[in-house]
Amino acid sequence: MTRIGKAFDHGKAFIAFVTGGDPDLETTARLLPAMEQAGADLIEIGIPFSDPVAEGPVIQEANERALSAGCTTDRLFETVKKSRESVTVPMVFLTYLNPIFHYGAERFLGRCAECGIDGLIVPDMPYEEKGELQELCEKYGVDIISMIAPTSKDRIRMIAREAKGFVYCVSSLGVTGVRREITTDVGEMTALVREVTDTPCAVGFGISTPEQARAMAAVSDGAIVGSAIVKIVAQHGRDCVPYVEEYIRSMHP
Amino acid sequence: METGRKGRFGEYGGQYISETLMNAILELEEAYERYKDDPAFVAELDELNRNYAGRPSLLYEAKKMSRDLGGARIYLKREDLNHTGSHKINNVLGQVLLAKRMGKTRVIAETGAGQHGVATATAAALMDMECEIYMGKVDCDRQALNVFRMELLGAKVHPVTSGTQTLKDAVNEAYREWTSRIDDTHYVLGSVMGPHPFPTIVRDFQKIIGREIKEQMLEKEGRLPDAVLACVGGGSNAMGAFYEFIPDREVRLIGCEAAGKGVDTPETAATIATGTPGIFHGMKSLFCQDADGQIAPVYSISAGLDYPGIGPEHAHLYETGRAEYVAVTDDEAVEAFEFLSREEGIIPAIESAHAVAYAMKLAPTMGRDQIIVVNISGRGDKDVAAIARYRGVDIHD
Repeated sequence: MTRIGKAFDHGKAFIAFVTGGDPDLETTARLLPAMEQAGADLIEIGIPFSDPVAEGPVIQEANERALSAGCTTDRLFETVKKSRESVTVPMVFLTYLNPIFHYGAERFLGRCAECGIDGLIVPDMPYEEKGELQELCEKYGVDIISMIAPTSKDRIRMIAREAKGFVYCVSSLGVTGVRREITTDVGEMTALVREVTDTPCAVGFGISTPEQARAMAAVSDGAIVGSAIVKIVAQHGRDCVPYVEEYIRSMHP
Repeated sequence: METGRKGRFGEYGGQYISETLMNAILELEEAYERYKDDPAFVAELDELNRNYAGRPSLLYEAKKMSRDLGGARIYLKREDLNHTGSHKINNVLGQVLLAKRMGKTRVIAETGAGQHGVATATAAALMDMECEIYMGKVDCDRQALNVFRMELLGAKVHPVTSGTQTLKDAVNEAYREWTSRIDDTHYVLGSVMGPHPFPTIVRDFQKIIGREIKEQMLEKEGRLPDAVLACVGGGSNAMGAFYEFIPDREVRLIGCEAAGKGVDTPETAATIATGTPGIFHGMKSLFCQDADGQIAPVYSISAGLDYPGIGPEHAHLYETGRAEYVAVTDDEAVEAFEFLSREEGIIPAIESAHAVAYAMKLAPTMGRDQIIVVNISGRGDKDVAAIARYRGVDIHD
């Protein structure tokens, strides 16, 4: 079983997201092990990008903070590599294709393998374009995490059939960010996934309360929380670690 | 021209877009395939082009300008005379008509200088669609007149305050909005950019420019021009002017990019001169970016050319050598803006003035028996206040 598989082998998984280098890399280095300690079963780390088109204002601003504090792809790799010495849960990167493409896809995936990154979430790489990274991901043992959306409909089975690691089920239309309620029939989406694969399926976008996390995990294998955590980082800056820990403890489904 | 894989121009193009939008893009592709040769659709668009937009636009021989510059004779393709004052109407009438056929009731669009926003708001008013426009806050300020025009036409204008607050950020925000509301909404992309099928759709609706140039030139001169010049931001007016001439190897195709304060300064928007391959805004193409693949803030006096990328078909035409691309500075463009106004009594858009500027350099190097066509993609009324500011004249606009 891959490390990602282990995140799902003891009940519902709680997946916590943080933007790398926000407010600085030193804080990220303290956050990653603290998130595991607080109960995160898998950690998603955003590589900051100048134009994060899939993100709402909260994560957009985190990207801007990280970039202006001097976070680069190389420096984030270094931070993750050091964190890997203590962090045992799977870690995946979320980023856009351009930073990967520009870094050089092979060099990038080589670094991922070396630094203990288990998967990649690339919001602007749909099923049709995953050829861009697929072979290299297989070569370096990094899973491409496939996304399905409320609009995917007839595409869900096709995507799930080839999914690796876990399927990222996007709960709502629009960009990332806290939502008061999630109106999509997520159960219907995850049922289609389960028809064709045993790969676990976790739900993200809009989840911020323990009730939402429980409800989403009830119809899937886990809940992903991003903006709510990033908001705490924005609020407390370098002192955010205990507050993030406390929040993750309260959220575990 | 498309090569091999669907939606690809060489290695450029593709569909790099969120899963949420994939079915919308596929639906658009299917609808376009269904209607592009549908006689009723073609007839309706043709009627709109003739009797609403005012096509065909004139091909005017700029005799005074040609005489004063010396060398090649210069013809101007007068897209500035179209309804709404630019080539943008060609694409917008086609796309909004298509959206209507698809059962959409709302259109959204990004805009830089405001020309595409105005054209979209116009077509939406005509075809009874709800319309919302995303425009960088910086551009709203420098093109305040166009903001008011859009509102007058019944559109809602959203100033975009993220990132550099210019065209790139307006595109980001339009994508974000489309992702949150797809069922009733079509995104009227304004240039030959974005995921397939947009670069093809926009080019097809714009290629009427080059087709008319060809017909008009054959009629007036009995031969093809030696060079066709057009300004390039995303590249829709250039793609429209170039496309019909691609098989005519003897016709030079020259795209004029915005160098801003110079290609050797950070204040530039010349993508071909300073960009590298990347994947952004739905397409693989050339982009201005830094060592980490962060999209670079770009600059040009022209809000319409102030974009860090270029359409994938242009990237391919550049790489194969079929088209040439040159960079024109703010200073050169402003001089050309003033020159054309004085010489021919035609005030061009500051975007189009970039192509005029290169014609002013090129014509004297060519023979009297040679012909240059410059695409005047839009009119310059919107730029008068900015040019006055550039010259240190304080006027109230």
